[in-house]
Amino acid sequence: MMEALRNWMKARFGEGVLDWLWHKQVPRHRHTIWYYLGGMTLFLFVVQVVTGILLLLYYRPSPGEAFESVQFIMTKVQFGWLIRGIHSWSANLLICTAMLHMFSTFFLKAYRTPRELTWVTGCLLFFLFLGFGFSGYLLPWNELAFFATKVGTQMMAAVPLIGNWLLTFFRGGEEVTGATLTRFFGFHVAIFPLLTTGVLAAHLFLVQYFGMSVPPSYQKAYDKGEVPTYAFVPNFLLRDILGWYLALGVLAALAALFPWELGVKADAFAPTPAGIKPEWYFLFLFQTLKLIPGKVLFIEGEQFGVLAFGLGALLWMLVPFLDRRPEGPLGRWVAVVGGVIVAYILVMTVWGWRG
Amino acid sequence: MGESASEHTQKDTRGRRKLLGFLFGSGVTASLISFFYPILRFVLPPLSGELDADTVAAKANELAPNTSKIFRMGNRPGLLVRLADGSYRAYEAVCTHLNCTVQYRDREHDIWCACHNGVYNLNGGVVSGPPPRPLEQFEVHIRGQEIVVSRGSRT
Repeated sequence: MMEALRNWMKARFGEGVLDWLWHKQVPRHRHTIWYYLGGMTLFLFVVQVVTGILLLLYYRPSPGEAFESVQFIMTKVQFGWLIRGIHSWSANLLICTAMLHMFSTFFLKAYRTPRELTWVTGCLLFFLFLGFGFSGYLLPWNELAFFATKVGTQMMAAVPLIGNWLLTFFRGGEEVTGATLTRFFGFHVAIFPLLTTGVLAAHLFLVQYFGMSVPPSYQKAYDKGEVPTYAFVPNFLLRDILGWYLALGVLAALAALFPWELGVKADAFAPTPAGIKPEWYFLFLFQTLKLIPGKVLFIEGEQFGVLAFGLGALLWMLVPFLDRRPEGPLGRWVAVVGGVIVAYILVMTVWGWRG
Repeated sequence: MGESASEHTQKDTRGRRKLLGFLFGSGVTASLISFFYPILRFVLPPLSGELDADTVAAKANELAPNTSKIFRMGNRPGLLVRLADGSYRAYEAVCTHLNCTVQYRDREHDIWCACHNGVYNLNGGVVSGPPPRPLEQFEVHIRGQEIVVSRGSRT
């Protein structure tokens, strides 16, 4: 059937148009397993798109109805609990696989020339996913989400010069209100999807255009043709599909065994509940901000934290341009710094989660 | 001898291949069904639960004789008419033709649909125009100061 399809395409579009698909080879070595994380992230993103569209059929983005409509989905709509459960779980697994994908390409130095832009677009996608997570968290309009959004948007006020403008822009006013909910809904279902579609298309194109990167330790052997490869279609793709199939099973099991709670409806005039925490992927930020003293040198602690993380994210995105000699001593230092960052995130996340 | 033996194995592998193909195919089909069945059920909204409970359509002195009002019956409009003799009638206010909302005409003493000029009499029966079926009539009870409408003994 594959062959027939190929001939059909060839008859219409000529030689070469889809040939890269059949000729594409994936190098096989000790680190091949990491190649699957990007595809897994892509699959989870597709799951998000499908379940997100389904949720849109019932969700109502207004403070009077948001919580009730999610409640309706969870209790009245057939399989509503499953669709919402999968959407919530898949969102978290998506961030998780995106992180693993990002750190694996970092440590395997896949960003080296000519793949700098693949890295940059990947970073942009990751930041967009964080935006999806942050904006989607508010949509059920429950107590936890309400206060998490208050704290999260308040941090924007610490940005120098444009802080207050940012705060008003994201909140749709001075406070977190129904206007914020409508705005976040707009970001979550229109603006971020639009941006993501563009960046994702660029990222996938670049990945296909340059092919798989091999780790530096294999590069010489690879150039001499001594590293074995297998075909992307069907060998690699079938393994991908198997992974996706399993992931779907895991998602359904998680949704059934650990249903995502809805909590209590948001009330702007209730005291903030004890033990309020952001989603796990923001915990290291949250914990760091808790630890920074009120004043660092001559600037405010909060401002210092926001500036430091902003600068960190920018440097992270520019890594391919900073690490000019990945195999030299500088490259080793970059890897060490990356290791320290991972350790820092892990420690702060566990600390923030327990404390 | 040798030839027939290899033919035998060939048949054997073909049979096994068929069986494996069947198992794989049915597995994939079953999986696809299990993926799409919940989605199909999800997109069909749950019934809003037809309200069998009584609905208060109006207060006792709200309507003068030979007037009418539209009231809410569950998710659909109902039409309450006070006839010239002072008695009440209630109907489902949805035209049986294409779902427009009907109205009472106090001059003609009938029920009229503005969309396609369907006319019903005060028993709900079709007088003229395109409606295929009569309007459903509700039971009306006067309970204290309230005019109460119910679907009656209809199951």
